[in-house]
Amino acid sequence: MAQGVAVIAEYGNDGFRKISLEAVCEGKRLASELGQNLTAVVLGAEVAEGAAELAKYGADRIIVADDAQLKSFQAEPYANVLAAILQETEPSMVLMGATANGIELGARVAAKLQVGLANECTGFSLENGRLVATRPLYGGRVIAEVDIEGTPQMASVRPNMMKIEENEVPVEISRFAVDTGEVKVELLEENVVVSSKVELTEADYVISGGRGMNGDDFAILEELADLLGGAVGASRNAVDAGWRPHSDQVGQTGKVVSPKLYLACGISGAMQHTAGISTSNTIVAVNNDPDALIFRVADYCIVDDLFEVVPAITKEIRAIKG
Amino acid sequence: MNIVVLMKQVPDTESELAINDDATGIDSEDVKMAINPYDEFAIEEALLIKEKDGGGTVTLVSVGPDTVPEAIRVAYAMGVDHAVHVNDEIDEGVYGGADAFTSAKIIVAALKDIDYDLIIAGNRAVDGDNYQVPAHVAEMLGLPLVSAVVHQEISGDAITCKKLIEGGTATVRTSLPAIITAQKGLNEPRYPAFRAIMKAKKKDFDELELDDLGIDEKSVGAAGAFIKIRKLELAPARTGGRIIEGASPAEKAAALVKLLREERQVI
Repeated sequence: MAQGVAVIAEYGNDGFRKISLEAVCEGKRLASELGQNLTAVVLGAEVAEGAAELAKYGADRIIVADDAQLKSFQAEPYANVLAAILQETEPSMVLMGATANGIELGARVAAKLQVGLANECTGFSLENGRLVATRPLYGGRVIAEVDIEGTPQMASVRPNMMKIEENEVPVEISRFAVDTGEVKVELLEENVVVSSKVELTEADYVISGGRGMNGDDFAILEELADLLGGAVGASRNAVDAGWRPHSDQVGQTGKVVSPKLYLACGISGAMQHTAGISTSNTIVAVNNDPDALIFRVADYCIVDDLFEVVPAITKEIRAIKG
Repeated sequence: MNIVVLMKQVPDTESELAINDDATGIDSEDVKMAINPYDEFAIEEALLIKEKDGGGTVTLVSVGPDTVPEAIRVAYAMGVDHAVHVNDEIDEGVYGGADAFTSAKIIVAALKDIDYDLIIAGNRAVDGDNYQVPAHVAEMLGLPLVSAVVHQEISGDAITCKKLIEGGTATVRTSLPAIITAQKGLNEPRYPAFRAIMKAKKKDFDELELDDLGIDEKSVGAAGAFIKIRKLELAPARTGGRIIEGASPAEKAAALVKLLREERQVI
C-alpha cells in the first residue's frame, strides 16, 4: 500500500532552492503527523553529493536520479524518470515547489499517473491520512479547499508560505537507475542566467516599479532591493513599456510573490497587479496620486513623489543597518 | 497548416466575484466574462502562422457554459475561421467542479472530428490557475508538448520553439502534430476592427453537448474530477489605506521605516 511523503527538491547552481527546503520541511511536518517517512527525490547531473544536505531538514531517505541526461531541465525526460520513481516507491503524497519548472514537471507526471495535482498551494492539512490542500483561485480573490483524488496525491507549494526548520535525522541515500524513456522534444540550446540575486518569487523583500517610474531607470529601486537582499519587480505597464523584462513582472500575467515586505512604487494597483501580491505579509505603496487603487490594498500608504521617498527610505534603513 | 486553439472563458480580471450558496462555485450571474489572457496570445499566434502560411484554417475549441459564444464572437472578429463550443452544463446552471482532467477529456473527444497539425493553448487559465489541461490533452493524444512558448518557427513538419524555463530560456524542436502553450511575450494580441466585430455576430459555430460526443456526464464535472472543491470563500479583504503623514518625503520615509520595524517587524 502506498505510504510516506515524497518531496521533489530542485538542486541549482548553488545548492537547493529555498522553496525546495520549504517543501521538504512541510513534507516532514505531514510525514510526522502521519507517523510515516519522508523521502526526498533529487533529479539532475552531479547532484548526488549535494543531495545529502536534505537530511538536515528531516529527509529519512533521499533518492537521487543523477545522470548527464538530466543536466538541463527538460519536462519529458524529467517526467519519465520521476513517474518511474513514484511508481516504484509508491508514496501516498508528493510535494514540490511551485516554480516554473516544478509546475511544468508536475503537470506531466500527474497526467502520466492519472492523479490529481493541486498547484500553488498555500497550506495543507490531513484528514483520514489524506492530504487536503488550500489554494488561491481567481488571482487570489478566492481561497479554495480541495481534495486531491488518486494516489499519489500531488501538490505544489507556493514559495515563502512554509517555515524552514532544521531537523536532522539519519538518512539513507540511494541512486535510481535513470531511463529517460521516449523523448519527443529535443533540446537545442539553453540560456539560463546565473544570477547572484535572490529570485523574485523567493525574495523576502520585493521593490516594484510601475508606470510612475517614467522610464527604464530603476536604480533607486535596485539600490533599496540590494540593501535589503531583495528583488526588483515591475507592473505590467512597466514591462509592456519595455522598461523591465517579463521575468520581473508581478501580477496576473506575471509572477505571484509573497514577501515579508512588498513596496509598490508608482503602481496604480489594478486587479491585474494585486492578483500577484495578495499573499504578501506587508504591502507599502508610494504614489503621488491619492486616489490610486493600490492604496486600498496597501497596509501603509505614502502619497508623495516616489523619486524623493524611495531614496529617503533607503537612507533610513541604511542608517539602521549601520 | 490547420491549427486548433484551445480557449477558456474566464471571469474578467476586474469583475466582482461572489461565491454561490453551497460554497463550491462562483455565482456566474452578473460576472463579466472574457477570453483567458493567455488564450488571446494563443489565438493571435495561430492567426500569425496562418497569415504567414497563406492557407489552412484556425479552429477554436472551447468547453464551458452558455456564455462561451460571447468569447467566440471576439475570436471570430480577431480572424478565427471556425469554432466549436462544447456546452458542459450538466443541469441548468451546473457546470461547476470541472478540472483540467475532465476538461481535457471533453476537448480530446471534440478533437476527434477536427483535422489539425498544431494545437495552441494558453500556458494557464487565470481562474482555476492549475496549469494542466495541455499536459492532459498531450498525454491522451500522445502528442509532443512544449510549454511556455515565447517564440516559434515552423519549417516543414518541425516546429522550433523558444520557451521559458526557470531563470532563462530554452530552444527546443519537435515534430508536428504537436501542442504548444502560449506564454506572455509570444505576441501582442490584435484588437478586432469594428467591421470584423459586426461580421462576427452573424457567423455560425458548432454547438455540441456532452451527449453528442458520447461522454457520460458522470465521468466529467465534479464527479470525474481529480481536484474536488470542498469549499470556496472570498479571500479576506486587505484592510489597507493607512496614510503615513509627514511634512516632507524624508519625514514620511522615517515614519514608515519606524512602523515597519516596530509594528510589523519586517525590517
